[in-house]
Amino acid sequence: MVKKIKENFSGIVFFALALSSVSALVLITVFIFVQGIPLIASAGLSNFFGMDWSPDRGMYGITPMIVGTASVTLGAAILGVPIGLCCSIFMAEFAPSWMKKVFRPAIQLLAGIPSVVYGFWGLTFIVPFISKYLGGLGLSILAASVVLAIMVLPTIISISEVSLIALPRQYKEGALALGMTHWQTIRSVQLPAAKSGIVAAVILGLGRAIGETMAVIMVLGNSPALPRSILDPVRTLTTNIGLEMGYASGEHRQALFATGIVLFAVIMILNITAQYITRKKVKK
Amino acid sequence: MKLCKYIGLTIVLLVFGLTTACGSQADTHVIVAGSTSVQPYAELLAEEYKHLYPERAVNVQGGGSSAGIRAVESGIADIGMSSRSLTGSELDLWAVEIAKDALALITHPDNPVTHLTLEQVRGIYTGRITNWSMVGGDNAPIHRITREAGSGTRSAFEEMVMADELIDKRAVVLNSNGAIRQIVAGNSNAIGFISLGLVDYEGLEPVKALELEGVAPTQENVLAGEYNLYRPFLFVAAEEPLGDSPTRLFIDFVLSEDGQNLLKGEGLIPIFT
Repeated sequence: MVKKIKENFSGIVFFALALSSVSALVLITVFIFVQGIPLIASAGLSNFFGMDWSPDRGMYGITPMIVGTASVTLGAAILGVPIGLCCSIFMAEFAPSWMKKVFRPAIQLLAGIPSVVYGFWGLTFIVPFISKYLGGLGLSILAASVVLAIMVLPTIISISEVSLIALPRQYKEGALALGMTHWQTIRSVQLPAAKSGIVAAVILGLGRAIGETMAVIMVLGNSPALPRSILDPVRTLTTNIGLEMGYASGEHRQALFATGIVLFAVIMILNITAQYITRKKVKK
Repeated sequence: MKLCKYIGLTIVLLVFGLTTACGSQADTHVIVAGSTSVQPYAELLAEEYKHLYPERAVNVQGGGSSAGIRAVESGIADIGMSSRSLTGSELDLWAVEIAKDALALITHPDNPVTHLTLEQVRGIYTGRITNWSMVGGDNAPIHRITREAGSGTRSAFEEMVMADELIDKRAVVLNSNGAIRQIVAGNSNAIGFISLGLVDYEGLEPVKALELEGVAPTQENVLAGEYNLYRPFLFVAAEEPLGDSPTRLFIDFVLSEDGQNLLKGEGLIPIFT
């Protein structure tokens, strides 16, 4: 009898704890929407998706921030994806085992560096460098893209490496037996076969770039205006919240939650896409 | 049945633990929260206060003017720090001015421009003046830096300099005095505005404060009424703190000669001359 109670009790405890993590998600989601939706409703969609962010005058246009997020993420992708992909191919196919033993922990360490340290490094190294050689203040899309490209490397490298390693041995052996060179095998057999894993790696990496706040707030310049070049400052959705939350009250505060809703939607779409792609691969 | 007992006991313990934890903190600590502009000064005051009265503790947190005011309204903090005047429903709260803080326009020490008129500053921040040569400097683009919307420093600047005009949205936005100071100290074409007390800061690279309408931003000029670019630093409470409450004792110390001299030494303008 006592034993049975104990069994039931432990089951309930674990269930309660598991429930708490899921309820945190629900709680946060509901909270953001409850706080943000009234603003979108009262300001109207044309104001909220307008070009002008100036909360003092009741203008809450977040289009410049959406463009900012897109441009910084694109920049990070252009710089980070080729490097990450090449690195994962090297790790999976070429690197001798002693080198893997050095590279793998090093890349994992890269993921462990706090984002504020990346931002600080960007501010004291990348920003002055851009300012000196390319002009301007240096606080720019370019600076943020460089910092983010480095930050997304661990995600891209580790996931695409795993998906390359997980391929059945027969693919590679068959291709080599048919007389393909090593590079031909990688290019026309292994990469296409691991495509879904690699795409998922890129999407998850970019998700990290979109969600990053602290590092970009320090190097981005944060102007709520449409950029004209990669040396212009922009503001992203995350930095809009991070920058202004301390002093925001009333509608202004709601507008930041509304920004959060848009961000939430973008990240959700990305994560669901990534999960869908990886799941499709498993089914096949 | 035993199960219910366990759960009940856990809940009781948790509730008891939480209330006692909160209770004990509220009794001995004065919690001060709010404006990041006021925070460094409040920390100094708290340190000195603790030095004088070791049994009384003051806990200073940042967050921003609005966050501080909200914290006072909801009872999380005893004192809110604000670097802007109260507006709207906030006027129901009790507030006392602890000092004035002048704003200084700063550039890199190598920039040959030493003074600007209000009209020129307005022109620079609206985007009409884009090159230093238009205000007597080198032929180089002006990189403007401003604070984020809602910041007390920015609203003070908008009110006193910009009149009814808007700061160009292409201006770079940074969210602290320190960040603006660092960028300006590292770029000879940048201009920004920060607290006067942070212009000459030991151990940091130098920046140059500009004269405005021919008047240098100094404590003397503010006291003499010559330099008008300043804003109040406020301590806000839900209601006027009573006679010998910990909150009142700390505020009394801040307003005392000792407290005011400390603030003056840090570059603020004391309320008594």
